[in-house]
Amino acid sequence: MHSLSTKKHGPDQPDIVGPTPKSQRSKMVKSTEDGEKKNLNKRLKDVEISVPIVYGNIAFWLGKKASEYQSHKWTVYVRSPTNEDLGVVIKRAVFQLHSSFNNPTRVVESPPFELSEAGWGEFEIAITLYFQSDVCDKLLNLYHHLKLYPEDESGPMSAKKPVVVESYDEIVFSEPSEGFFARVQNHPAVIVPRLPAGFSLPPPVPLEDVNEKKRFDSKDNPLNQWFRNFSEADELLQLAAARQQVSMNGLFSICIY
Amino acid sequence: MDAKDILGLPKTPLTVPQEKKSRPQKDSQRKPDGISREVYALTGGLAPLMPAVDVSQLKRRPQSDEKVTWQWLPFTSSARTDNLQLYHWVRVVNGVPPTGDYSFAKYNKSVNVVKYTDEEYEKYLTDPTWTREETDQLFELCERFDLRFIVIADRFPSSRTVEDLKNRYYNVSRAILVARAASPGDVSGHPLVKEPYNVSQEIERKRALSMILSQTKQQERKDAEVLAEAKRITEARIAARSAEESDMPVASNVSPESNEKNIIPVETVSPSSNVQIPPTTVAPPTSTADNLSTLNSLRGMRVYLRTYALEQMVQAASSSAGLRTIKRVEQTLQDLGVNLKPKVPTKSVCAEHLELRKEILTLLNLQKQLQYKEAEGSSHRDGSYAETPGTPKRSQRAGEQDRTFIPDSISFGGERVGKRDQKRKAPAPPSPAQSKRPRKLKASD
Repeated sequence: MHSLSTKKHGPDQPDIVGPTPKSQRSKMVKSTEDGEKKNLNKRLKDVEISVPIVYGNIAFWLGKKASEYQSHKWTVYVRSPTNEDLGVVIKRAVFQLHSSFNNPTRVVESPPFELSEAGWGEFEIAITLYFQSDVCDKLLNLYHHLKLYPEDESGPMSAKKPVVVESYDEIVFSEPSEGFFARVQNHPAVIVPRLPAGFSLPPPVPLEDVNEKKRFDSKDNPLNQWFRNFSEADELLQLAAARQQVSMNGLFSICIY
Repeated sequence: MDAKDILGLPKTPLTVPQEKKSRPQKDSQRKPDGISREVYALTGGLAPLMPAVDVSQLKRRPQSDEKVTWQWLPFTSSARTDNLQLYHWVRVVNGVPPTGDYSFAKYNKSVNVVKYTDEEYEKYLTDPTWTREETDQLFELCERFDLRFIVIADRFPSSRTVEDLKNRYYNVSRAILVARAASPGDVSGHPLVKEPYNVSQEIERKRALSMILSQTKQQERKDAEVLAEAKRITEARIAARSAEESDMPVASNVSPESNEKNIIPVETVSPSSNVQIPPTTVAPPTSTADNLSTLNSLRGMRVYLRTYALEQMVQAASSSAGLRTIKRVEQTLQDLGVNLKPKVPTKSVCAEHLELRKEILTLLNLQKQLQYKEAEGSSHRDGSYAETPGTPKRSQRAGEQDRTFIPDSISFGGERVGKRDQKRKAPAPPSPAQSKRPRKLKASD
């Protein structure tokens, strides 16, 4: 545990009176920056930050406009379950498509992390997530089987109702850096644990905004209407009931013996 | 059928000629020459490759020109050293009795026990623990009883162990062999010279055998458990070693690639000392079967998916269970209406899921122990040693019980208690929990 109470006014820094020579000033700034950087990189032991994600695909049958090689228009994506902005954690997503596609390695540099294409076949897509520099320098792989045709084969295909297949998962970052923690602790897309009282973090350093254009608002995504809602409540209830039953059975076994 | 349909041919063929064809075929099958049908069928209905019996010889009648009588005649055997006169029935053809030695004399084999002279004894064969007399007696017995040492040991005047007798005999034989040989090279191929009799080893071996033979069933079970445990540990170690080895070359391949990618971000975080392997593709060796080690390895990965973490924890928790037990756990989960892989794997859901799995495992183990105890208990009562815990009757019954009471949520308690009643002939007290449960379940429904 450490607290950075005095950063800019370290004991080794002299009191500056009057205009400082440029070289000295830049040196001072650099040393504090270095000091901060070291603190930002410090890891928080026994802490994990989790980012819930939903990844999958949505496919529309083209109906009348369908051809033999392009019967469906589909989009594969990685999103937040509550449609928050994942750009706070993910820097880029690389979708590896079937080799029959042109340039099968598609890179998406900014949110929304989705890729749209047209085709006829179902195949496995490998999604590689690269994280922001202060988050993690390792990458993470997800695998999703592209689904175009509805489960119920007998039903007619509708150009209006898409086929949606999604999987819920959570990306867990163990022992995150203090800088990362500070930056995302209040972001709705990220789940952070409560730190012990009195623990102070360095002030967050915002990410460099590579794209200066208008920030994408994930809540405006037109695909939102098709997305599923994932609620842990049902599953928790189910598990709790099951556990109770199992412990009852256990009690009986012991009693009877 | 279908082909005829396509060709447009009529479907009903002429049946009469077919019948005629099949019948004569069957007839020929039924009557092989020489043997009756049933006997022929024993060979599988096919002729054997090599006729074991000359079929033509079986029904051969004696030739008409021969006159055969049977006579009670005396005979001698070259196998006999005395002049005992024995009689037996002899087949006499045309008044001429058969010639030749007694047909069983050729089976009178004996062992070539070495015969040493006094000289040789003095020169090579003296031994502090054996007198000349004893050695002579031993050799006489050996010849008489064809080296059947168990019998020889019984007959030996002074009590000596079988190993001791064997030792003396083989040593003497070996010494004589070597002494009489023209050169040592001649005898080096002889088995006695190549592998001499090792007394201490033999004694040890026989002791170990008798120990194993006299082991009780309990000990046998314990031994089997220990062996299984050892096997598991060695396999785990081998898996860990091979995983580590496979990790090394993979790691070295991946690190130069990912180092390149690090150039792009402006602020480079100090590269982690861990090798950069995509965590979901290479599984860290969690074969140590310890939850703590799984947690540690997960922590070391820096970033991973919650589903992956759950998988690792489940594997670690069920590492002590066999494949069948794992399948039973999964079956139980399904019966309880729980997804084998949670659909919404949040932190709490995963924790609950893991705990549920562990509890089911404990429950199954408890039930198994219960079965064993019951089996032991009843076998002691009945006094029948034939019934072991593993007899199919018992396990079937228990298995049925397993499957019926878990899904039968509301009334299972009653059913199970009832079944126990039938067995024990004593009323089981109704448990208070039984009345509570239906209410609780309703709430969750």
